[in-house]
Amino acid sequence: MTHPTPVPLADKAAPSALRLTGVTLRLGTDEQQVTALNQVTLAVAPGEFLAVTGPSGSGKSSLLAVAGGLQTPTEGTVHVAGVGLTTLTERQRTAHRRRHIGYVFQNTNLLASLTALEQLLLPAHLAGRLDKAARHRAGELLEAVGMSHRADRRPHQLSGGERQRVGLARALILSPEVLLVDEPSSALDRARARDVADLLAEQTRVNNTATVMVTHDTEILDATDRVLALRDGRLT
Amino acid sequence: MFLALRDLRFARGRFALIGAVVAMIAVLGVILSGLASGLADSGVSALRALPATHLAFDKSASGELFSRSTVTQDTWQKWATQPGVRKAEPLGEQLVHAQLAGSGAKQLDLAVFGVQPTGFLAPSPTSGKALSQAGADGILISQDVVKEGVHVGDRLIIGQAGTLVTVVGTIGHASFGHVGAVYASLPLWQKLHYGLPGKLPAAATGQATAVALQLSSSADTSAIDKRLGTQTVDQAGAFAASPGYTAESSTMSLIRGFLYAISALIVGAFFTVWTIQRRPEIALLKAMGASTGYILRDALTQIAVVLLAATAIGTAVGLALGRAMSGSAPFSLRTSQIALAAVLLIVLGLAGAVVAVRRITKVQALTALGASR
Repeated sequence: MTHPTPVPLADKAAPSALRLTGVTLRLGTDEQQVTALNQVTLAVAPGEFLAVTGPSGSGKSSLLAVAGGLQTPTEGTVHVAGVGLTTLTERQRTAHRRRHIGYVFQNTNLLASLTALEQLLLPAHLAGRLDKAARHRAGELLEAVGMSHRADRRPHQLSGGERQRVGLARALILSPEVLLVDEPSSALDRARARDVADLLAEQTRVNNTATVMVTHDTEILDATDRVLALRDGRLT
Repeated sequence: MFLALRDLRFARGRFALIGAVVAMIAVLGVILSGLASGLADSGVSALRALPATHLAFDKSASGELFSRSTVTQDTWQKWATQPGVRKAEPLGEQLVHAQLAGSGAKQLDLAVFGVQPTGFLAPSPTSGKALSQAGADGILISQDVVKEGVHVGDRLIIGQAGTLVTVVGTIGHASFGHVGAVYASLPLWQKLHYGLPGKLPAAATGQATAVALQLSSSADTSAIDKRLGTQTVDQAGAFAASPGYTAESSTMSLIRGFLYAISALIVGAFFTVWTIQRRPEIALLKAMGASTGYILRDALTQIAVVLLAATAIGTAVGLALGRAMSGSAPFSLRTSQIALAAVLLIVLGLAGAVVAVRRITKVQALTALGASR
């Protein structure tokens, strides 16, 4: 694996790549309503690696869904790369997500028919930028996450840790301002979980990305810059 | 196409399975189309070859008009004088049983058409003499009768009265009611039609089955029918009036209709299961910023590739099988019908698949996240 020179940690006074202000998310009907997020305010700067911890059902995935524009908050605003997601149409939100947000999903969220290299080329294809530069960047990223020797392998031929590395490289292919990471260690043993967390920290700095990782795994938190806890939809 | 083709390559076993089913349906579609065309040819090719735009039958006849209608000399003479009528001549039709004279027990069924030997309905011979040059007992036989072993110069004994006729020439392929067609002069036809020995009664000499017409667009057939006591049909109507034609063609259409409906259902069912299996991937794609339209286009492209390839292979196999069986069954390949069968299979398959992949629009990107799975 190569280790590109990391850029300095982002200046905390710099404009936020991701900002949630007074975000509340209520789910369900009136009679069985659940408040998944309650007045959440959060700002993440470029190059910052933030971890959000909490037990199951605390609202971690809801936070990622709202931050990435997959779900519209009941109250409050979400800004990604300076654009308020709540003011956009569904189509505009999808396009904004494509350009400015990278998601790293849980263990097996790779497409079964694509090789590791093709997993990285897919976002470039979706964005209409599948060119020589994209292929070069895909090769670089696979090298950076230590997967260049497995570029032609499909997900079923990769281990859990390898899949997670490919997922991370895929999320970074279009150099998004915001990286949202969902339980990256859920299917990994301790050593591999630690390895993936370190890789996330490294890539956050190298790519100057605002990274938010939700996890219940407290053993990978020391790789992050800041840790927030989520309890019953409230950030503490 | 980025995903569509890679999915096809990756899950080639599953796609080969549905492709094989579609290909087999295409084979059946080609064979059924060929049989339908062959049966239609065998039923009405003689009518199709008639240089008439319309036929006028007796008004009181119903159903299979050729066996129930009788028109008189007065009727065709009056038709000839009506406005918009370019030509009007009597046409007789009679299915008969015949025996080849002097050959032992060689028997055959024939459809005898009676025409005026010098009229516009008289066919041009491909060999031998025309009706106008033949004697009173001369007939022209179609290639369908030639295939039965009858040749120019042969004599046939026809009907209960044992009327003797002579083959004076041949024409191309022409059959009616699934038996080979022969052409005779109207007086000879009348003799065969009534099957009476000796001289015909005077009333019988001025009769035919229908009046064959060549009409211009200005002809008001309804008004003329009302005046002359006839019912006029165009060529398609004449086909429907032929023995068994409507029942045969509607049966074949029904079978083909069911075949295509089954095909659409099978393709729809396959892609419904496929789409359900792909839901996590579809959610993932949406979460990555793929629009619903993109995913739909990709899925439909995949389906179109499968349908096109399978239909092309199935059609090729069907054509080969059809050619192999054309000697032993009424099988006729028409490019337009084969193309229609292939297009129908693809279009209906796509329609079935469209219903299936509508589910893509309902998949929520949110489900790509852990807590929602």
